[in-house]
Amino acid sequence: MTRLPSGGLIDRSVTLPFHFDGRPLHGHPGDTLASALLAGGVRVVGHSVDLGRPRGVFSAGAEEPNALVRVGADPMLAATTVELRDGLRAWSLRGKGRVDPDAVDERRADKGYLHCDVLVAGGGPAGLAAALAAGESGARVILLDDQPRLGGDLLSSRVRLDGAPALDWVAAAERRLAALPEVRVLVRTTAIGYYDHNYLVAVERRAAGERLWHLRARRVVLATGAHERSLPFPGNDRPGVMLASAARAYVNRYGVRPGGRAVVYACADSGYEAARDLEAAGVVIAAIVDPRPQAPAGHAVTGTITGTITGTTSDADGLLTGVRIGDQHLEADLLAVAGGWNPAVHLFSQSQGRVVFDDALQAFVPGASAQAERSAGACRGLYGTREAIEDGYAAGAEAAGRDGDFAVPSSDETALRPPAAYWGELSPDATAFVDLQRDVTVADLARAAGTGMRSVEHVKRFTTAGTGADQGKTSGALVAGVMAELLGATPGQLGTTTFRPPYAPVAFGTLAGRDRGELSDPVRTTAMHGAHLARGAVFEDVGQWKRPRYFPLDGEGMREAVLRECRAARTGVAAMDASTLGKIDIRGRDAGAFLDRIYTNMYSTLAVGACRYGLMCTADGMVFDDGTTTRLGEDHYLMTTTTGNAAAVLDWLEEWRQTEWPELDVRLTSVTDHWATVAIAGPRARDVLAAVAPGALDLAFMRYAGTEVLGVPGRVFRISFSGELAYEVNVPWHYGRSLWEGVLDLGAVPYGTETMHVLRAEKGFAIVGQETDGTVTPQDLGMSWIVSKRKPDYVGKRSHSRPDTARDGRKRLVGLLTDDPDAGLAEGAQLLRESEVPARMLGHVTSGYASATLGRTFGLAMARDVAPGDRLTAVSGTATVAVTVVEPVFYDPENARRDGEPVAAGIVSTAPEGRAESPAAAFAAGFAAAGSQSVRLRELPATPMWEVRGADPGEGLRLGPDWWLVVRDGPAGEGWVEVSGQRTVLELAGPGALDVLITGCPLDLHPSVFTGHAQTLLAKAPVIIERDGDAYRIYVRSSYTAYLAEWLLDALGR
Amino acid sequence: MTHPDFLWRNPDPKQAYDVIIVGGGGHGLATAYYLARNHGITNVAVLEKGWLAGGNMARNTTIIRSNYLWDESAAIYEHSLKLWEGLGDELDYDLQFSQRGVLNLAHSLGDVREGRRRVNANRLNGVDAEWLDADEVKKFCPIVNVSERARYPVMGATLQRRGGIAKHDHVAWALARKADAYGIDLIQGCEVTGFEIANGRVLSVKTSRGRIAAGKVALASAGHTSVLAERAGIRLPLQSHPLQALVSELLEPVLDCVVMSNAVHVYVSQAHKGELVMGAGIDSYNSYGQRGAFHVIEAQMAAALELFPLFSRVRVLRTWAGVVDVSPDASPIIGTTPVDGLYVNAGWGTGGFKATPGSGWVYAHTIAHGEPHPLAEPFALDRFTTGALIDEHGAAAVAH
Amino acid sequence: MLLIDCPHCGPRDENEFRYGGQAGIAYPDAPGELSDGEWAGYVFMRDNPKGWFTERWFHAHGCRTWFAVERHTVTHEIRTPVQEIR
Repeated sequence: MTRLPSGGLIDRSVTLPFHFDGRPLHGHPGDTLASALLAGGVRVVGHSVDLGRPRGVFSAGAEEPNALVRVGADPMLAATTVELRDGLRAWSLRGKGRVDPDAVDERRADKGYLHCDVLVAGGGPAGLAAALAAGESGARVILLDDQPRLGGDLLSSRVRLDGAPALDWVAAAERRLAALPEVRVLVRTTAIGYYDHNYLVAVERRAAGERLWHLRARRVVLATGAHERSLPFPGNDRPGVMLASAARAYVNRYGVRPGGRAVVYACADSGYEAARDLEAAGVVIAAIVDPRPQAPAGHAVTGTITGTITGTTSDADGLLTGVRIGDQHLEADLLAVAGGWNPAVHLFSQSQGRVVFDDALQAFVPGASAQAERSAGACRGLYGTREAIEDGYAAGAEAAGRDGDFAVPSSDETALRPPAAYWGELSPDATAFVDLQRDVTVADLARAAGTGMRSVEHVKRFTTAGTGADQGKTSGALVAGVMAELLGATPGQLGTTTFRPPYAPVAFGTLAGRDRGELSDPVRTTAMHGAHLARGAVFEDVGQWKRPRYFPLDGEGMREAVLRECRAARTGVAAMDASTLGKIDIRGRDAGAFLDRIYTNMYSTLAVGACRYGLMCTADGMVFDDGTTTRLGEDHYLMTTTTGNAAAVLDWLEEWRQTEWPELDVRLTSVTDHWATVAIAGPRARDVLAAVAPGALDLAFMRYAGTEVLGVPGRVFRISFSGELAYEVNVPWHYGRSLWEGVLDLGAVPYGTETMHVLRAEKGFAIVGQETDGTVTPQDLGMSWIVSKRKPDYVGKRSHSRPDTARDGRKRLVGLLTDDPDAGLAEGAQLLRESEVPARMLGHVTSGYASATLGRTFGLAMARDVAPGDRLTAVSGTATVAVTVVEPVFYDPENARRDGEPVAAGIVSTAPEGRAESPAAAFAAGFAAAGSQSVRLRELPATPMWEVRGADPGEGLRLGPDWWLVVRDGPAGEGWVEVSGQRTVLELAGPGALDVLITGCPLDLHPSVFTGHAQTLLAKAPVIIERDGDAYRIYVRSSYTAYLAEWLLDALGR
Repeated sequence: MTHPDFLWRNPDPKQAYDVIIVGGGGHGLATAYYLARNHGITNVAVLEKGWLAGGNMARNTTIIRSNYLWDESAAIYEHSLKLWEGLGDELDYDLQFSQRGVLNLAHSLGDVREGRRRVNANRLNGVDAEWLDADEVKKFCPIVNVSERARYPVMGATLQRRGGIAKHDHVAWALARKADAYGIDLIQGCEVTGFEIANGRVLSVKTSRGRIAAGKVALASAGHTSVLAERAGIRLPLQSHPLQALVSELLEPVLDCVVMSNAVHVYVSQAHKGELVMGAGIDSYNSYGQRGAFHVIEAQMAAALELFPLFSRVRVLRTWAGVVDVSPDASPIIGTTPVDGLYVNAGWGTGGFKATPGSGWVYAHTIAHGEPHPLAEPFALDRFTTGALIDEHGAAAVAH
Repeated sequence: MLLIDCPHCGPRDENEFRYGGQAGIAYPDAPGELSDGEWAGYVFMRDNPKGWFTERWFHAHGCRTWFAVERHTVTHEIRTPVQEIR
C-alpha cells in the first residue's frame, strides 16, 4: 500500500471500490484510475503493442503513452484521464482497444453551440488570470479546463503565492469568476479542435454522457500548459520509469507514493522540484542525475550526479530495480525523468499558426498567430507560475480590449535554468524508446535515416512514431531531436509533424451526439402520414420524405398489392398521396418569360387556367427535372417538381432569377408544405370528385379550377400520370388527412409509388432519376416534341447541338416485352444482341414491372442502335431474359381512356365537411407531459400566414431583403401568397428554454444579441425562431413538424 | 513488416532531363517507374515541392476497386486492379495489398437500381461484381446494421471481392525505390514555379532550385494541377476541394472488409495495424488548405453509427484532409495539352489512389509516344467540348 | 465551419449556405453564336486559384439571397462581401 496517510486533493472519507482485470481494488474521490492503481500497488498496467513489454503508469495526464485500459464500454482509455468512480471495471490492454459487442452503455451524448467574446482554453494559472482579466471587463467569456477542478499544474505543485498555498489563489480566482454572470466555466472539458474563423470544438465529460461543444469566439487565449518529455536510454520503458512531473503530481495531488527509492533525472530543473516533493513525501532520493555542470542555487538536495543515464535494470517481471549512469549502478524502484518540456502547441498549430524551435528552451513554441488568438503561460514557454499569471492577465486584457494593472502574486519558485540541450542516449540498444506507445526506438529512427528519409513526416510513417493514441505528446519533440542528432541538423530544421485534431481522442458516439436512429436525419411526412401508418402502408425513402410504396391488405405481398392497386386505378377509382411533389408559386409580370427560359417548352403562351407538362435541363443540356406547371392568372403560375428535386429546383430558379436575370419581375415562393394533395385516378374518378369538389366536375383535360373542396378553398388540377381520368385535388395542409379519408370512404383504393410507377410506365412516361441519370437529354427520351424550336434560347439549348449530344446512335427510351409474358424483367439488366460478337452493352432496363392490365411483364430501357422488333437479351446477374424492342407505349396509345366515365347516377356530395388537423396534433399530450417549471412546450393555435415578396407590407417578420412573413387574422394584401399550412408554430418557453435551443441551434441566441427573429436551422431542420422574452416561437415547415417535435421531446427528456 | 534498408538517394537536380514529372505523389512515382520499366526512359526527374508522396497519397483511405459503371472507367480501373494484383511481387515490397472485398451499400430503391445496373455492367466488362440483398450483406459483414428500422435501411449492396486496400506509404516507397534504382532522380523540396515555353513547346521548368531543361514535362500534381497549368498558360475544368479522412485508435480485429456508402458518405476499413480508416464526402468549397470543416466529420460519424452501432465508443485519433481536383464529370483528364511536350494527368477527384499503377502505366505510355494510350483516349480534354462526358456521379440522381 | 457574413442576415455558419463557385460568370448573350469550345468554356471552365477567389454563396436556409465574397483558398479568410453576384 503506497497511499500517503494525508495530503493531496482526494477525499479519504469516501472509499470507491473498483475492479482491474477482475481484481478488487479501491480508491477515493479525486483519484484517477491511474492514481488508484498506483495506490493499490499495481505497477504493470498493460503491455506494449508490438513487443509486448510490461508497461506502467508513465504520466499523470492526457499525454499518457503506456497505461491504456478498457473501461466498461470504452475500448481504450488512458488510465490517467479516467476519473475513478464507484464500481468501475477496467481491463488491461496490449496496445489495442477491444470492442465489446455486449457492453451496455447508458450514456447519451449531446451537443451544444455557444458564442463568446473571449474563449480561454486551460484553467491553470495563465488561463485563470486571462479569464479574470477578460471577464471583469464585462466580456462574454468561456473558460475550459479538462480537469475536474481548476488550477492546472498548481493542483500538483506545492508552490506558494504571496506566501500562501497556490490553491488559495485559485480558490479566490474561482470566487471572482463565479460572480461574473457573463463568464461560463466548463470543467472536465477538453478543447479538441481549433478550426477556421475562431471555431473551436470541445468535449465535456458528464456522467450522463459527453457533450460536444461548438464554440465561436471573437478572440481566443490558449493557456494549454506544457507536457514534460522523457529521454531515450536503454530500458527507459520499464514500469517504475515515470515523468518527474507525474511523480510530483502523484505525491502532491493524489497522495500516492509512486516508489520507495527514486533516482531523478533532471535534464530540466523541474526534476529538482520533483525530487524535493518526493523527498517530502518520504521517498528516498538515491540521486539526482543532471547532465548540466552544477545544481541550481537554493536546492539542498543530496546526491546530485553530473552525468547521463545509460541504462536501467529490472527484475524477472520487468519492473525497475536500478539505474545505470555509465559504470555506476543505483538501486531504485522509481526513475523520475525530467527530460525537458514541450509546450502544448497543438491547438495553436491547428489554428494554422506555425511553431518555431526555441534554442534556449529546447522546445517548439508558438510563432506568429494565424487567427485572433494568443498563447499565454507555459504553452509559450513561460513555465514559472508568476510569469504565467502575469502573461495570462495581459492576454486576457488584450483579448477583451482593455488595459489594466493587475496584482500579480509573488512566488517562492526559484527561476528555472535552461534545460540541457540533450536528446538522450542514442544507443543502438533495442530498448531505448522514443515512442513508448508504438514501441519505436532510437535504432528504428536510425534505420529510417539510413533509407534516405530526411522528413520527419516520412520517419513518422516509416516508424509509426507519434501515431499512437497519445498522438506523440511525449515523443513528438524527441523524434525531431534524435533525428536532428542523427542527420547532423537542428530540431528546428527538421520541424515537427503536423498537429492534427482532435487534441485528445474522441468517441464516434460523441461526434454523432443525438443524431442517432430516427433523429439521425430529419424525416419529412405528409398530412396523411398518420392515416398511412394506420393502414399498414409500406414506405420508401425519397430524399428525406417517407412515401407509401404500397398498401398491403392482410396477407398480401408487394406483387399482389400492386396488381390490385393498379387494377383499381384502371377499372374503378384509386387515390395516391401526392403531397410530396414540390410546389412553387411563381408571380410577376415576367413569370411567363422566366419559365420560357427555364423549361424547354413554352409557358408565356399558356392560357390562364391551363396546365402544361414541362422538362427543364441543366446548362449541360441533360434532363434535370420535370413536372406540370399551371397558369393560375395572367402573372401567376404554379410549378410542380419531383419530390426528390423540389429544393434543388427552387434553388435553381432563384439562382437564375437573382444572378442572371435580375431585370425580370418574378417572385418565387415554396408552397410545398401549404398544400396537401390527393391524386384521384380511374374511370370512376368523377364519382369521387363529385362528392369532394363538385365545383370541378366540368374540368377539361389539363385544366385547373380554384374551388371549394370539402367546403374549404382548394385547387383541382385535371392532370394524369396514369392515362386514366385523373385529378390532383389540393387542400390546405390541415385538411389533408380529412380529404384523404373522405376520398377513401367514397371507395377510392389507396395506392403508393410502386403502382404509380407501373401505371405511368404502361403509358411510357419516363421518371426523372429512373429513366434518366444525368446523362440523358429530352431528345434521348423521345421527347423532341417538348423542345421548343421557336424559342431563341432556354437553359441547356446550346448543349443540345454539341457534336456528341446531337449525334445519332445515342441511347434512346424504348419499350421491352419479354418473350415469356411471366418472366421477370430486372431493373438494371444490361441489354445485348446475341448475334453480336463480342456483344456490346446496348443499354439497360430502367423499369420492369408485371402489369395487371397487360397481363404480362413489360419494361422500359435506355438503349442505343435498337429499333422496334429487335430481339435482345436482358442480362441480370446469371439470369438472361429474351426481350423484343417495342415503342415505349403499352396502354391506350390513342389516349381514349383519359376522359373516364360520367358520374354514376345518384352520386351527390356526401363527403363530410373537412376537419382541420395540425401536424403537431398527435404531440399535444406529450408536450404537456414533458413540461417542467423551467421549460414548457406547446403548439400555438393556427393563425393565417402569408409570404410577401417585393414591397414592404409594413408588418410581419422580415425574412429577406424583400421577403416577409405576415402572421395574423384579417384580410390579405395584394399579391400575398397564402402559406397558412406551410408552417406550424411551436412555443418553447421558460428560463430553461435557451438551454434546450443551444443543443441544436448554431445561432448566437444570447439575449443581448438575439432580440428579434431569425431564419436558421434547428436540429438540422429549417425554422424561423422568434424570441419574446424567455419564450421562443419556432416556425417549422409542416412536413418537418413531427420530426422536430420528437427532437424537442428528446431534448426535454434529458 | 520490415522495410528495405535503402529506399532512395537524395540527388541534386541535373541541368536537363528527357522527362520531368511534376509531382512526387503516387501517380508521379508510378509514371516514373513505368517510363523506365516499359519504355526504357530513365533520364527522368520527379520534382516534389514537399516530401515524396506527402499529398493525397499520404491522405487517402487506400480503397482499391474497379467496379465503375461506364465502360471507359471500368477499363482503366480494371487495368489498374490487375496491375495491383502483381505489384507487390514486381516491386519486391510488402504493399499489404489485401483483396478483402468492397461493399457499396444501397439505401434507397434508386441506389438498388443503380447498384444492380453497375453490377451487370461490371460483369459484362470482365469486372468481378455481385449483388447482395440485405441478408447476404449481413452474412458477408456481420457487424453492419441491416435493421429495417434504421433511418436509411440497408437494402442491399454491390460486392467486388477482388477489391480491397493497400498500405499507401509502402506503395509510394516501393515505386520510389525502383524508380531510384533505375537512375531516376527523385528531387524533394523542389517546387516548380514556372515553365519556359517557346513556339508552343515547353523547354524547361523554373524551380525553387533553379532552371531545369526538359524534353517533356508531365504534370502529376493532384489537387494543385490548376495552379501549375495556369503557370503554363493552360486552363483546365478542375476545381480543388478538401477531402477529409480520419483514423481511430488501434483495435483488435473487428472489420474484415471494406464498406462504402455513397448515399451517406461513409467509407470504412480496418488497416493491418488495427485502426479504422474512414473517409468522408468532399467539402463544398474550393480550397488548397488541406483541412476541412468539422461538421462534415460529425455528419459522417452519425451516418457511420447508423451502419455500425458497435463503433459508438471507438475513438477518433486523427483527422486530416487532402486536396482533390474534381472535374465536371468526376472522371480524370489524361493526355496532351495545347503546349507541345506538356502532358496532364489530373481530375481523379476522390478516386486517385486505386488508379495509381494504371494511371502511371497509361500516362507513361502517353508521354513516351506523344499520344494517348488507348485506355486514356476517352479521358482527353476535348470531351468537354464535344459533350462526350464520362459522368460517374450523374448515375446517382434521385427524384420522383 | 466557416463563418460567412450574409449581407442580410449577418454572420452565419457555413452549413446554412450553398456554395456557388466562381462569381462573375455571365450567361452568354447569344449562346447559339458560340463555338462548341466557347460554350464549353461557359459551362465547364472556372478559375481555381490558390489565393484570393471571388465566389458566390447562397443563403439557402436563411434569406435565400445569392451574394459574392472574396475568400482566400488557403487561409479561408473572407473579405467583406463584393457586389458582382453572377
